[in-house]
Amino acid sequence: MTIAWQGLRYRYAQGPEIAFADLRLAPGRGLLLRGASGSGKSTLLALMAGLLAASQGRITMAGTALDALGPRERDRWRGTTLGFMPQRLHLSAALSVRDNLGLPFVGAGLAVDAARIDALLQRLELAALAERRPHQLSLGQAQRVALARALVRRPRLLLADEPSANLDDEATAAVLGLLQSVATEEGATLVLATHDGRVVQALGQELQTLTLPKLAAQARP
Amino acid sequence: MSLARLAWRYLWARPLVAVLNLLLLSLGLAAMAFVLLVGEQIEAGVRRDLAGIDLVVGAKGSPMQIMLAGVFHLDVPTGNIPLATLETLRRQPLVARAVPLSLGDSLQGFRIVGTSPEYLDLYRARLARGALWTRPMQAVLGAEAARRTGLAVGSRFAGSHGLGETGEAHAAQGYEVVGVLAESGTVLDRLVLTDLASVWAVHEEHHGAPDHAEAQAAREITLALVSYRSPLAAIGLPRWVNAQPGLQAAAPALETARLLRMVGAGTEVLQGFAAVLLLAAGLSVFVALLHAVRERQGDLAMLRMLGAPPARVAALVGLEALWLVLLASALGLALAHGLAAALGALLAARQSLHLTGLWLSGWELLVPAAALLLALASAAWPVWRAYRLDVTELLQAPQ
Repeated sequence: MTIAWQGLRYRYAQGPEIAFADLRLAPGRGLLLRGASGSGKSTLLALMAGLLAASQGRITMAGTALDALGPRERDRWRGTTLGFMPQRLHLSAALSVRDNLGLPFVGAGLAVDAARIDALLQRLELAALAERRPHQLSLGQAQRVALARALVRRPRLLLADEPSANLDDEATAAVLGLLQSVATEEGATLVLATHDGRVVQALGQELQTLTLPKLAAQARP
Repeated sequence: MSLARLAWRYLWARPLVAVLNLLLLSLGLAAMAFVLLVGEQIEAGVRRDLAGIDLVVGAKGSPMQIMLAGVFHLDVPTGNIPLATLETLRRQPLVARAVPLSLGDSLQGFRIVGTSPEYLDLYRARLARGALWTRPMQAVLGAEAARRTGLAVGSRFAGSHGLGETGEAHAAQGYEVVGVLAESGTVLDRLVLTDLASVWAVHEEHHGAPDHAEAQAAREITLALVSYRSPLAAIGLPRWVNAQPGLQAAAPALETARLLRMVGAGTEVLQGFAAVLLLAAGLSVFVALLHAVRERQGDLAMLRMLGAPPARVAALVGLEALWLVLLASALGLALAHGLAAALGALLAARQSLHLTGLWLSGWELLVPAAALLLALASAAWPVWRAYRLDVTELLQAPQ
C-alpha cells in the first residue's frame, strides 16, 4: 500500500477541524489531487509530507504510518522517502545549480553524492548549466533543477505542487511528460496537486484523482 | 558540501553586507585588542625600566618630570644637583645603592648618559660586543642606539649639546665606541653610556675650563637613582631629601602609578570607542541575520522539507554568525598587532617607548571570546526564528 488514509482529520490551532475523505491508492498508480484555493489542499499536502500531525485518523505514506511517528522521525522519513517540487521553486540564489542539488544531502547531514548529482544533471539536460546560479536560468530550466533536487535522494514518493503554474500549454505538456517519465524511471510514486484543468485533462486518466471540496462546506468549529 | 560550507556561501551571498559587518566587528575587536596589547606592553616596559629603582633624586621641580627624565629618559630633567649629594645619599644607612646620572648631550637623538657601571648592574645588562669604558670619552652604546646610528666598536662620534636631534655639535670632544650592549628591552637599548667624567670634560671645555679645584667643587650630576636597603626607607628618605635645599625626591612606583592612571584615562576612551563599535557591529550582525532569515525563508523551509531537523536549520544561521566571528577575530587581532607595530615604529623613531607588534598576550583570548558572545547575542533571535520556521508556508499558493 503506497498511499492511504482513513478517518483523517486535522484541527487548526485556532480554527475549525477539517476532515478528509478516505483514500486508498491503487498499487502502481499515481495520485492527482484536485482542489481549488480554500479546499484544504495545502493542509493535506503538509499531512502527506509529515509536516503536520493529524488530529485523528491514520495516514500511511510509502508503507509508513506517519501518525505513529514523532516530529524527529517524520523529518528523517521525509528526508529519505519524499521528493518535493514546490510551486515556488525555492532554488537557493546563493548556490550554483550543482550545489542546489547537494542541499538534500546537507539537510540530512549526509555526504554529497556527486555521482548521483552528475547523473541527474545529465538525465535532465542540465549538465551545461551546473555552475550557473538560479537567476541565470529560464523558468523551464529552473523547474528541471527543482525536479532534480526532488529526486536526488531517490525518494519513493515524488510530490509536485502546482507544476504547471505560470506555464503556457507547451511548457505544461513538457513538464508533465518529464515528471511522469522521470518518476517512472526512478521508481517513485507521483503525487500531483493542482487546480489546473489542463493537468487534469492530461493526466486524469492515468493518475487516480481525488477532488477536495471547498473547506467551508465540510469544516466544523 | 557541509553545513559549515553552506553557511559560508550564504555569508558571501550578500558581499557588501558581509564586508560591512566584518569591518565593523573587526574594527571594534581591533580597538579592544590594541588597548590590551599596548597597555600590557607599557606596563611591562615600565616594570622593566623601574628595575629596583626606589627613588630618583633631582633638582627641585616636578617629581613626575624627574621620574620621566631619570628612569624612562622621556622628559628633560629639572636641573642639576651637586656631585656631593651623591656621597651624602650613599652615606645614608637606608640607602643600598645610589647611581649617578649626568645628562645634557645626545647623539642623533639618543641621550648620552654619564654614569657609573652600577647603572648597567641595575638592569643586569650584558655586553654584546667590546668592553665597558675604562676612561673618559669612551662610550658604550645601547643595542638600538648602535643599530640606528650605525656605529660599532672602534667608531668615533661627537655628541650634540642638548637632548634633541638638532643640538650644536661638540666637535672638539670626540667619543670612542668601546662596547655595544645586548638588546635588553629596557631603556638602556636607546642610551649612549659613558663615564661621568666624560660629561664634565665636554661641558668644561664647552663653557671654558676652570682651574682644577674650582672644577671639582662645581661638579654636578643631573640625577641620582637610589635603591633602598630596607622598605622602611620609603617612610623617611623621601621626606629627608625634600627637606634638603635644592633637592627633590620622586618615588617611581608612585609616579608611574599616577602616570598609568593618566594613560588609563586615554585607554578608557579607546575602550569606550571599542565598546561602541562592537555594539554597532552586534546590531548590524543582528539586523543582517534577521534579514537573511527572512530573505532565505524559502531556502530554509526547503531544507526542512528535504528532511533537515529544525536544529540543523537553526545551526546554519548560527554558523553564518560564527564564520563572521572567526574572520573578524582573526582580522581584528591582525589589525591590532599591525597598529601596535606601526605605533612601535613611530615611537622608536622618536627614541620613545619600546612597543612591538609581536607581543602576545593571554588577554587576547578575550577578543574571540567577546566576538563569540556578541555573535551569540545577535544571532540568538534569528536562530530561534529559523528553528521555529513554518514549513507549511512552502505549500501555500504565492500571493
